[in-house]
Amino acid sequence: MDRKIVIPGEIIIEGDEYLPGDFTEKKNGKLFALRYGLAEEQNNLIKVIPLSGVYHARRGNVVIGKVENILANGWIIDIGAADTAFLSIMEVPKYVNKDAMDEVLNIGDMVIAKIWSINKRGIDLSLKSRGLGRIEEGLIFEVNSNKVPRIIGKEGSMIKIIKDNTGCDITVGQNGMVLLDGKDIDSELFAKKAIRFIEKKSHIQGLTAEVEKWFTGEKK
Amino acid sequence: MVKEFKRPDGRKLTEMRPIKAEVGVVPNADGSAMFQSGKTIAIAAVYGPKKMHPQHKQDPSTGQLRCEYNMISFSVDDRIRPGRNRRAMEISEITKWALEPSVMLEKYPNQVVDIHINIIQADAGTRCAGINAAAMALAHAGIPMRDIVSSISIGKLDKTLVVDLTKEEEDFEEGEGPTDIPVSMTSDGKVTHMQLDGKIGVKQLQESIDMAYEACKEVREVQKQALKDFIGELK
Amino acid sequence: MEKARTTPSTTGDKIRKYLAEGKRFDGRAPEQFRDLVIEKDVSIKAEGSVRVKLGKTEVIVGIKMAIGEPYADSPTKGNLMVTAEMLPLSGARYESGPPKIGAIEWARVTDRGIRESGFVDFDKLCIEPGKKVWTVFVDIYSINDDGNLMDAATIGAIAAMKIAKIPKYDQENDKVIHSELTKEGLPLTNIVPVAVSVHKLGKTLIVDPTREEEDISESRVTIGSSKGIISSLQKSNSASLEMDEIKRIFEISTKISEEILAKIEKAIK
Repeated sequence: MDRKIVIPGEIIIEGDEYLPGDFTEKKNGKLFALRYGLAEEQNNLIKVIPLSGVYHARRGNVVIGKVENILANGWIIDIGAADTAFLSIMEVPKYVNKDAMDEVLNIGDMVIAKIWSINKRGIDLSLKSRGLGRIEEGLIFEVNSNKVPRIIGKEGSMIKIIKDNTGCDITVGQNGMVLLDGKDIDSELFAKKAIRFIEKKSHIQGLTAEVEKWFTGEKK
Repeated sequence: MVKEFKRPDGRKLTEMRPIKAEVGVVPNADGSAMFQSGKTIAIAAVYGPKKMHPQHKQDPSTGQLRCEYNMISFSVDDRIRPGRNRRAMEISEITKWALEPSVMLEKYPNQVVDIHINIIQADAGTRCAGINAAAMALAHAGIPMRDIVSSISIGKLDKTLVVDLTKEEEDFEEGEGPTDIPVSMTSDGKVTHMQLDGKIGVKQLQESIDMAYEACKEVREVQKQALKDFIGELK
Repeated sequence: MEKARTTPSTTGDKIRKYLAEGKRFDGRAPEQFRDLVIEKDVSIKAEGSVRVKLGKTEVIVGIKMAIGEPYADSPTKGNLMVTAEMLPLSGARYESGPPKIGAIEWARVTDRGIRESGFVDFDKLCIEPGKKVWTVFVDIYSINDDGNLMDAATIGAIAAMKIAKIPKYDQENDKVIHSELTKEGLPLTNIVPVAVSVHKLGKTLIVDPTREEEDISESRVTIGSSKGIISSLQKSNSASLEMDEIKRIFEISTKISEEILAKIEKAIK
């Protein structure tokens, strides 16, 4: 089946051999879309890939968030999900003086963290992994979280293309927050422009070729 | 020979006004859309799902919809004083009820999806335009839904049933006067909203439902196309 | 996330660092406005209406007129009422309910900027001294907030007032027929109080901030001026300004005000 844009309630395809994947429902041999997005088929599994909508937190996601509040035993972090996220003192890989928690993470600080648990109480974050921790400096901006997989690319291939062309270090949080750190302002702005371009064209086929073409054009 | 009823703008009895729709008109919103029918223009913006505040309103078993409808002051001939009014509050609730059956919010406990509808220009059918815009905005916001709700007003002018009343038709005075019947439906014909103001017999009212179903199909095509056009080409 | 919350401090630091080198996130110079787009006739029900887009910031403004009694202390003058509403749909920060102080200040500064300037010839709005005068309602709504709603509001108000036409007045029945407009516009003078706000961020003065820039603005001065004559001024936010900074702000604002006026006139032709 060719990829196509579907709206809620639309019949994607008919046939008993097809199975309902993400955001689809099967009724009387018909596969219905339950969300606006791109319908795809893979080995008879039909799913809808969302192209819009707020970030939906998933366990294992690496996200970039902002410290909103300091509690007795941890920090409240805003990661753009509907639920608040909590980083417990126990999940910080270094000694934390309970009377000086703001020295580790203060209100307004930005942090890269991993979601290690999602439960009724909310989202639990951890800093116990390589590359996680407070962000000291960098340009941070937000993209549509649904486009993140395309911006990162298969095993980071797209990020590598941007890095090679702009010289910037790039971290993309699954929640759509992007962190850029380049050697100068112009390369940072260039990387941001590239990411915005990928965000806009994320749904087309042959994206990698389009992006490489874009870079060639921009560098002239 | 029965004389065919003549509509002031020359439309056929089952003919809708020209409709236009566009998605993504409010960049800040999680989902947004504009819906225009003839001279009536509505814009809708959706924010959510997000945590419901105040906390006492949270429902741990499901997410909720919250809707606010308002007409801007210069959408009509006689300026509407800014601020809430009771008609708008009622339409806000009606709109919520019209859209609720289609959204699947069970997976969003304690959360809310806020819908804001503003009428920019009014020539009757404002609540229908609002519902049509809101349905597209909800889809754009990625809210899981069974269907897109479409809305239209059926009218009875004296004894004749027509589709999509203008203000001029709403003010019709001859014979049995005007009867205004706004209806909202999903694609499989489930009625999610209906109101009536006027005087009509059972048989004609049943006929109105069939007319509404056909008209809503046309509306849905426009809503669908607007959502597809927003993404653009896939190649 | 940044939709509902304020700009993070690391971004604020970056913005200031860039500004120190004269660069802004979107490539503009500190004293450069975003692209200004003005569309006429947003609502045909208004006596005049426009849509203003400043980058992604959008406001719509409509003019309505009504006849009423003049105020006791100005029996030969018509009335002007400017209202500005930050619609909840324009940003996640806005909720329904009574207006917050930011929205109130926005409305009042915009009102004063237009009212006190001499833009409207109020005497010409008089129909019968002491008994009947025109009231002009200028209603401003925010549709998308990406910074600088303040200036966008005044630009919209001025554009809408310039294209508005006075509705027919049926003297005999004392009724205003809004659906029929005369060819007569509002009695306006050539004192056009275009408002230009100047913001201090770190050591740099900028105009037309995006929302991220507005969030970290330390101080804002909104000035309404026409041809170098300043008729209204409001300094907002808590940081203080050096004397040479504020003097520089007077220059920047009045200069850009003329440029914006030229753009408005071109757009509404």
